[in-house]
Amino acid sequence: MFQRLPNLIRKPISFSFEGQEIEALEGDTLASALLAVGVSSLRDAPVSGTARAPYCMIGVCFECSVEIDGVSHQQACLIPVCQDMDVRRQQAEKEAGDALGG
Amino acid sequence: MASDVIIVGGGLVGAALAHGLVKASATVTILDEGDLAFRASRGNFGLVWVQSKGDGMAEYARWSRQSSDLWGDFAKSLGEATGINVGHHRPGGLELCLDQGEYETYATSIKRMHNQPGVGENDRRMIDGDEVRRMEPNVGPEVVGAAFCPYDGIVNPLYTLRALHQILASSGADYRGDHRVERIVPEGTGFRVVTARGDFTAGKVVLAAGNGSPGLGPDLGLDIPIGPERGHIIVTERTRPLFNHVLGQVRQTDEGTVMLGATKENVGFDTGFNLEMMRQVASRAVRKVPRLKTLRIIRSWSALRIMSPDGFPVYQESEAFPGAFSVSCHSGVTLAAAHALKLAPRLLEPGFNDHFSAFSPRRFDVPTTA
Repeated sequence: MFQRLPNLIRKPISFSFEGQEIEALEGDTLASALLAVGVSSLRDAPVSGTARAPYCMIGVCFECSVEIDGVSHQQACLIPVCQDMDVRRQQAEKEAGDALGG
Repeated sequence: MASDVIIVGGGLVGAALAHGLVKASATVTILDEGDLAFRASRGNFGLVWVQSKGDGMAEYARWSRQSSDLWGDFAKSLGEATGINVGHHRPGGLELCLDQGEYETYATSIKRMHNQPGVGENDRRMIDGDEVRRMEPNVGPEVVGAAFCPYDGIVNPLYTLRALHQILASSGADYRGDHRVERIVPEGTGFRVVTARGDFTAGKVVLAAGNGSPGLGPDLGLDIPIGPERGHIIVTERTRPLFNHVLGQVRQTDEGTVMLGATKENVGFDTGFNLEMMRQVASRAVRKVPRLKTLRIIRSWSALRIMSPDGFPVYQESEAFPGAFSVSCHSGVTLAAAHALKLAPRLLEPGFNDHFSAFSPRRFDVPTTA
């Protein structure tokens, strides 16, 4: 659905999403890098359990929450992608608070 | 431009009254401010709350309970008319206590209300910390008890406001946004309402403009003793449903965010932030519900309550200019159902002040004796 602008001159880098290697360009936000390769399902909603995609792309809606290098609830639309980032979908059952064990 | 009734204010109070008037076959014009208005309807916590209402005024306890009882069908009717689910639930509410002093304060209030006529203490009762944790497993060990009332609930105030306006638009009410009222002139048997964008006339006029009402009252012989009280709200990111009941200061929305409140400050029309008070709100919330600790805060704001000296509503019809009314209250969400279904029809009949005598501002004229 999304296409990159032609003639972008930026350094290619790679990172992983759910264990799969993804090609990106330096300067991409994580959300735009994922959308550029057709990945849109970044998390499961904690109430309904349904899959969600980045929506506002400006840090307001929190629909793009992901886990980055083991840290949950990061906003993919605000974070520049880095070489070798390990990105996972934000799972509903991994919602904040569970780590405390109640 | 003539209509039966002009409502000044298009927030939850004005919109609920307009909805009730249209249902009673009146023609209604609503004159509202613009986007920058102080709008408690958009800044509030969204509780349909009974348990603490009316300690010191039995009529207000009964009125709040009546509205709570009406809310279920009211929400259903809004949904059927608009397709908007306003998110009303009435699972009962808990006010959590972090120390014995708070527990005693609620217990004493219950005893006082038990001795009031009518609905008494609204079946509110104190429960101990262990029972609270059985009801709400996410409540932490610091909580020593709670006041529980089975008639407390929640609703989404934004969807409610939108649903009311959608109904008004489709039922022929004349809504004028960005029409701040400058003054009101009694004229013949009715009123001329002056805005920067033209004059409007009607047989009756109702001030429902929140903290904007007092300034318009003197033209109509109405003394409206209310003013702003600032409150802060903090909102966390979404998390899975945590509670079986509504907690008074920790309210999870249907969407999963958790709203934290509440502060009270008298700072005029300043909607800035008091960070120390917000820290206290967050700290108390985490002591009550420890698992909130790792949730990120995504939004916070302050808004202004509409507060009378005793916290109870002020309803009145002008004696100098009959047909001019003011309807002011803190609880525009809780009372929306009663305002639409019970108060609005009374605006069209004689005897308003007799019916709502308990809510007259005359109660403030009586000097209290020692």
